[in-house]
Amino acid sequence: MTPPPTAGALRDAFVSGARSADDICRAALARIERHDPALHAFNTVAADRALARAAELDRFRARSRTGLEALPLAGVPVAVKDTICTRGIRTTASSRMLEQFVPPYDATAIIRLERAGAIVIGKTNCDEFAMGSSNENSAFGPVRNPWDRERTPGGSSGGSAAAVAAALTPIALGSDTGGSIRQPAALCGVVGLKPAYGRVSRYGLMAFASSLEQIGPFGRTVADAAHVLEAIAGVDPCDATTVSLPVPPLAAGLTGDIRGLRIGVPRALLDEGVEAGVRRAVTDALAVLEARGGRLVDIDLPRAKHAIPVYYLVATAEASSNLARYDGVRYGFRAAPEGDTDLHTMYCRTRDQGFGPEVKRRIMLGTYVLSAGYYEAYYLKAQQVRTLIRQDYEAAFEQVDAVAMPTSPTAAFRLGEKLADPLQMYLADVFTVSANLTGLPAVSVPCGFTPSRLPVGLQLVGRGFDEATILRIADAYERDTGWWGQMPEGVDAA
Amino acid sequence: MASSLTAADVERIAALAHLELDEAEKALYTKQLAGILAYAAEIQQIDTTGVPPTSHVLPQQSTERDDEVRPSLAREESLGNAPDASVDDGLFKVPRVIG
Repeated sequence: MTPPPTAGALRDAFVSGARSADDICRAALARIERHDPALHAFNTVAADRALARAAELDRFRARSRTGLEALPLAGVPVAVKDTICTRGIRTTASSRMLEQFVPPYDATAIIRLERAGAIVIGKTNCDEFAMGSSNENSAFGPVRNPWDRERTPGGSSGGSAAAVAAALTPIALGSDTGGSIRQPAALCGVVGLKPAYGRVSRYGLMAFASSLEQIGPFGRTVADAAHVLEAIAGVDPCDATTVSLPVPPLAAGLTGDIRGLRIGVPRALLDEGVEAGVRRAVTDALAVLEARGGRLVDIDLPRAKHAIPVYYLVATAEASSNLARYDGVRYGFRAAPEGDTDLHTMYCRTRDQGFGPEVKRRIMLGTYVLSAGYYEAYYLKAQQVRTLIRQDYEAAFEQVDAVAMPTSPTAAFRLGEKLADPLQMYLADVFTVSANLTGLPAVSVPCGFTPSRLPVGLQLVGRGFDEATILRIADAYERDTGWWGQMPEGVDAA
Repeated sequence: MASSLTAADVERIAALAHLELDEAEKALYTKQLAGILAYAAEIQQIDTTGVPPTSHVLPQQSTERDDEVRPSLAREESLGNAPDASVDDGLFKVPRVIG
């Protein structure tokens, strides 16, 4: 079977004149119409805006071939997670609270994607306010994994991952606060990258945990993800936490040469709780990297095992503060008045009715750990252990150039399997949350399948702002394996 | 330091968080939050004497820009998503404040 076209191939077809943007855009819309009823990856399909944008690009091509050469994503359809604001396109965060919210502005990442020539085709389903690891916390129902529709696509950016896995769009944007790009990428068999904290502007991203989250790309190939990151990265006056470091040429650095690179493997972490099929696929992937000239080095991250409690204390504290803005006054849902409701009662009813169970659970936990008498024992303590986890990684990066581990301890689990037990759900994030706590870049690249044919992801964590090295390693691995071109049963590639 | 969470704690937190929970939610969250906090208590065994907290991963940085007047959202756009607003008067409208 011929693999579906990459973003790079679609862009070249458009720039060379082989295909019009209108044709590419209509093909993507037709695939969504055909496959999405079974997957539910999209909350909103913005066909009118997408076709208008495609027509604009076709007119531009007729006028200026040279101008077109400068657009790295010219004519490429992109799916965008529904927590990222798009002017004039409903943006819900998969929450009843924002079911009718139409942003009056675009996120910086959207402006930059469109400046690079991309076409926003729709908004993808996710866990409500990006809180979840299975997509089951969406107020609009879960996304289904294209590889097995009874299973989760992962979360929270499950719709973006499923859209790329089913080749509805070649690339997508997600946001990653504790693994929300990398874990669904692993469970759906696509590439997902969390950039270093400060690399991509968060302006226009609905805030969940501000010190942890980044917008980042999904792609079928490492090169496609690299092109998207190049397009959206860089300092932004609208987000004071973006850094003014130059963005290195990422796609051009994918040489396939990883000879001499030292890849750290935290063996102790991998021994516990990793499903056998996942461990085998990751071990095989490490052997491929070694055969390419990478040097595997055993490392120890002694405090990393505490990352889950630290993460859930820090993230919920930040969430309880960030989500205070949803009060039924300036935007979003307001509970219907009953009799002579006063302002305070309106706030409390709006928030009880507008938020789903997991969002309320996290607001409650975060409010508790920040409250008088508990702040030192939970929140401050978690921030101190966060420092120790950073120190573990700093020590490791004195010996190695990247750290490799599974992205998720299991392949896709069944919908409903962990829903009743929030703590079990949180443990699914054991390998991903450290990169958010430390701000380090990390990528998940498909590394094969379990015996029951569910995708597995290999995660590579890099030094601060060194996305270039982890992308180079991931790309080298991809060159020796053909996982990226495989398609789920029942989903055609064309 | 870790304590078991009571129904009264949950009511107090819900009031702080402006959430009007029903009885079933209160019972569920009392049980679930107690379980999560008991699990999280493992970090209290870690020696953090003298360890500075990390609230943010970037080194402290101040950014400056020129204080220039820039266009902002039009009033209709700013009020356009409000559940109840008066564009003519430039107001978000809310229920009575004092009981």
